[in-house]
Amino acid sequence: MDLSSLVPATFKGFGVTLKQVFKKPITQQYPEYKRPVYPRFRGRHRLWKHENGLEKCVGCSLCAAACPADCIRVVAAENTPENRVSAGERYARIYEINMSRCIFCGYCELACPFDAITLGNDFEISEYNRDDLIYTKDMLLAEPIKRVPVADPELFDTPIPYYKTNS
Amino acid sequence: MRELWWVSLIKSAVIINLVMGAFAYTTWLERKVLGRMQLRYGPNRAGPFGLLQPIADLVKLVRKEAFFPNSAHEIPYILAPIVSCFTALAAFAVIPWGQGWTIHGYYIRGTLVNVPISLILIFALGSIGIYGFIVGGWASESKYSILGSMRTCAQLVSYEVSLALSVLGVVLMGQSLNLVDIVDKQQATLWFFLPQFVGLCVFLLGGIAETSRPPFDLPEADTELVAGYHTEYSGMRWGLFQTAEYINLIVLSALAVTLFFDGWHFPWVHSLDVLGPIWFLAKLAILVTCFIWLRASQPRLRYDQLMRFGWKVLLPAATLNALVTALLVVWI
Repeated sequence: MDLSSLVPATFKGFGVTLKQVFKKPITQQYPEYKRPVYPRFRGRHRLWKHENGLEKCVGCSLCAAACPADCIRVVAAENTPENRVSAGERYARIYEINMSRCIFCGYCELACPFDAITLGNDFEISEYNRDDLIYTKDMLLAEPIKRVPVADPELFDTPIPYYKTNS
Repeated sequence: MRELWWVSLIKSAVIINLVMGAFAYTTWLERKVLGRMQLRYGPNRAGPFGLLQPIADLVKLVRKEAFFPNSAHEIPYILAPIVSCFTALAAFAVIPWGQGWTIHGYYIRGTLVNVPISLILIFALGSIGIYGFIVGGWASESKYSILGSMRTCAQLVSYEVSLALSVLGVVLMGQSLNLVDIVDKQQATLWFFLPQFVGLCVFLLGGIAETSRPPFDLPEADTELVAGYHTEYSGMRWGLFQTAEYINLIVLSALAVTLFFDGWHFPWVHSLDVLGPIWFLAKLAILVTCFIWLRASQPRLRYDQLMRFGWKVLLPAATLNALVTALLVVWI
């Protein structure tokens, strides 16, 4: 041990930590401040309808086949002239996503030939009960109740993410 | 003047609660200061400035399941945390808080008990407290616990030597083992941290190792090793070990204040004698904050560095300090 360099180095360390005390903490106080997510952030799922009110989903089950966590359940039924639900030949009579299993990989979104299912930006989807985490078709078709802010693509949608001020 | 027995009883209850409160808010202070030094806020959710955090922690620890290893030795397993916590608290019995007060004709002494060998008593209690750590690791019948115990044991035993030697200079200068006498002697001459600066440095460094605080927290080494002797403890039994560790830190700081920084003495204390405990606690708080600051600033030592530092640097320094002090005291 070389004391002549050890002692100043030790005291330098004290100086470094003391300096930080007078700076403002960089902590983001989460529930009060919600940091915007990226536009391509994968959160809560959403099922979409056409402009004429028909569902985009045709009950093909490709999303369920692509799902690595096996959390999507689709039961299809035939469209009839009296009961026309989707634009295709068939529609999803039951469409359920078990959110307690979903890993938010987005493969369902990729597999879907009609862009019927997409992953949104909401991540605050915890519940007190596991049963509440099984999302039915009605829930997925409706607007999400909770919303998180989405960042301005001008600032954030870059190949290398960098954070500008206040992020 | 003699103190009535029930006065002592009330005083001991006050001191124990004060020390426990100081312990609780040391944890809060530590997390707050560490947080600010790492550009975080630290606890700020429970109450204003997170001031209710220690109470929340206590409730959580008490309600938590205190598991019990199947093959553990029952009585030592349960006794170990109690012993280490008790000895840590008991050391406060001899720390002087002030010069003594008379309220409504009842005399209140400045210490709980004023024994002539109070310094030796504190070191003896500290040595018994080590048994808590060793027995706790052994009694849980786990490889990692016993390895942690050995680590703790080796460190505490080797640093206790330098710690005891470092106060020898103070004892020689104060010409007493009684903490009250040492404080009075400092008031009569000068604060001992000036003539005993080497002693103070050795005492603080050895003390950090004795209380297993970073950068000498090898017994626990929470980022790199299994938690050490309290691997198999949970709930409030674990909490008692943690309590013992923090109270040891407070005891050590109190001892440093008493031995080197003139205890409860400070300006105006003789005109307004209520100030004694306040000055004492203020000095204590400054020293504890320095320990927290040290934790935030310095990286942990490797085990061989720890042993080398203890035996090759601290021990010779403490011995030389004691020798030189003895020679100067005799000749001057």
